[in-house]
Amino acid sequence: MKAKFVFVTFFCMLLQQVVAADDVWVSKRGLFTLSYASALQPIEINRIHQWVLHIESESGELVTGANIEVTGGMPAHDHGLPTRPRVTTELEDGNYRLDGMRFHMAGNWELTITIVANGKTDTVIVALHL
Amino acid sequence: MKRFLLVLVIAGVAAGASWYFRPLLPEPWTDADIEILRSLWIGNLGPVPPDPSNAVADNPLAVEFGQRLFFDGRLSANGSISCSTCHQPVRRFTDGLQKGQAIGTSGRNTPSIIGSAYSPWLFWDGRRDSQWSQAIAPLEDVNEHATDRRQVIRVVAGDPTYSETYEQLFGELPDEADEAAVNAAFSNIGKAIAAFERLLLPTPSRFDDYVAAVIAGDVAAQQNLYTDDEIVGLQLFIGKANCTQCHNGPLLTNHEFHNTGVISFPGEVPDKGRVLGVREVQSNAFNCSGPYSDDRDRNCAELEYARTGPELIGAFRTPSLRNLENTAPFMHKGQIATLSAVLRHYNEAPLAMIGHNETKPLKLRDSELRQMEAFLHTLSAPIVTVEYVASDRGEKQQRQ
Repeated sequence: MKAKFVFVTFFCMLLQQVVAADDVWVSKRGLFTLSYASALQPIEINRIHQWVLHIESESGELVTGANIEVTGGMPAHDHGLPTRPRVTTELEDGNYRLDGMRFHMAGNWELTITIVANGKTDTVIVALHL
Repeated sequence: MKRFLLVLVIAGVAAGASWYFRPLLPEPWTDADIEILRSLWIGNLGPVPPDPSNAVADNPLAVEFGQRLFFDGRLSANGSISCSTCHQPVRRFTDGLQKGQAIGTSGRNTPSIIGSAYSPWLFWDGRRDSQWSQAIAPLEDVNEHATDRRQVIRVVAGDPTYSETYEQLFGELPDEADEAAVNAAFSNIGKAIAAFERLLLPTPSRFDDYVAAVIAGDVAAQQNLYTDDEIVGLQLFIGKANCTQCHNGPLLTNHEFHNTGVISFPGEVPDKGRVLGVREVQSNAFNCSGPYSDDRDRNCAELEYARTGPELIGAFRTPSLRNLENTAPFMHKGQIATLSAVLRHYNEAPLAMIGHNETKPLKLRDSELRQMEAFLHTLSAPIVTVEYVASDRGEKQQRQ
């Protein structure tokens, strides 16, 4: 019985890890990991909204004072985002508020998030399907 | 024998051709299709979004005042051009012309204003960001109303009903020498017109009834509402014709700007479109972040995060596809005379004269284009008339 409980707990933890890992994006050179939370849930097209980006270093430390640039578009349609989103505020705990996010088509989008922090620069590519 | 073979070959070719060119029959809707249909359904439109930049946006007195102003020819250089000269209710607030004809010839095709309360951008190039700031722009356009803000204020001041209503809504009319006060009064007049325009909304079309029947799984109702050609047209529209890339959401527009390779009239310089419109809206005194907005928080995300760049050269705002009936000719300068010609344009996707055509040739058959056209006609609904009655209790009633 106890073994079963331990197994279920372990399995749940594993599952949580897998689910969490889905939402964590590693930069190209592996210097940063990024996760995001959209204030609009689920993300709908044609509605401007905010995101919060969370950035950690390779070793899992919270990244503060980063300079972040966000561009993006739809690779299949050869066009960019309909807005020019910008990180407007650095929040606590490695979090940053990203304003002006909007998508105007359903389909596959790709965001290019360039992070400059602690003298290091790396780029995260976030793919999302709407 | 030879003759028999020849007849057989001809018959075979004819049968093959008629099979190949047959109109396609509808496929059953998948769950994913139904989700897309639901996203286009008017039941998914939601209430008109608030306009915090306009303090009288939902004020019944302003609606009534705005309606009168909308139809008032005195707001023009020759005393006979009103908003409704080009935005004619019987033509779904368009005019049937390539370019608007007022005091002169307008620079572009007259767009409908039905449902414009939902759009973050107004005009073909989005050079204004609210209904009220849009409404005052044609008044001073030399080819449209060709009047000016002081003259407009004089018209209001000179009409006892107008001046009384104005003062009830906004306070005293300004001293003409006070420029900021004149601008504020001019914006107030736009805000009253916008309060009226906010009520010009699309009504449910046969398409919406059909989608409701699909969502409810009511097969008999579906069969009564749509022909096979209309169903296939809709399937193409949301499927391989890629129309919902831009014509999405319940208004069938993403309110964005795209270059779709619509060529200029011969001898006319290509119109740069949004790339100039975005510059204009960002510097316009009547924009969301300007001094005449009533939104104290200056909640202007669309304006603040508007993009610029070469992608917007020759790009124009995606128009709604609701109520296309009676709105020809189409495109930003009325370059394309009929709906079937519009579909042929997208089927071919010609090279853009300036910038880059985002669309790719659809390579659909003529029968498929006809089926899409049949579907597009189902997006028409009864005309929204413009009689709004502000009753004693201040309730607005909309007559159809």
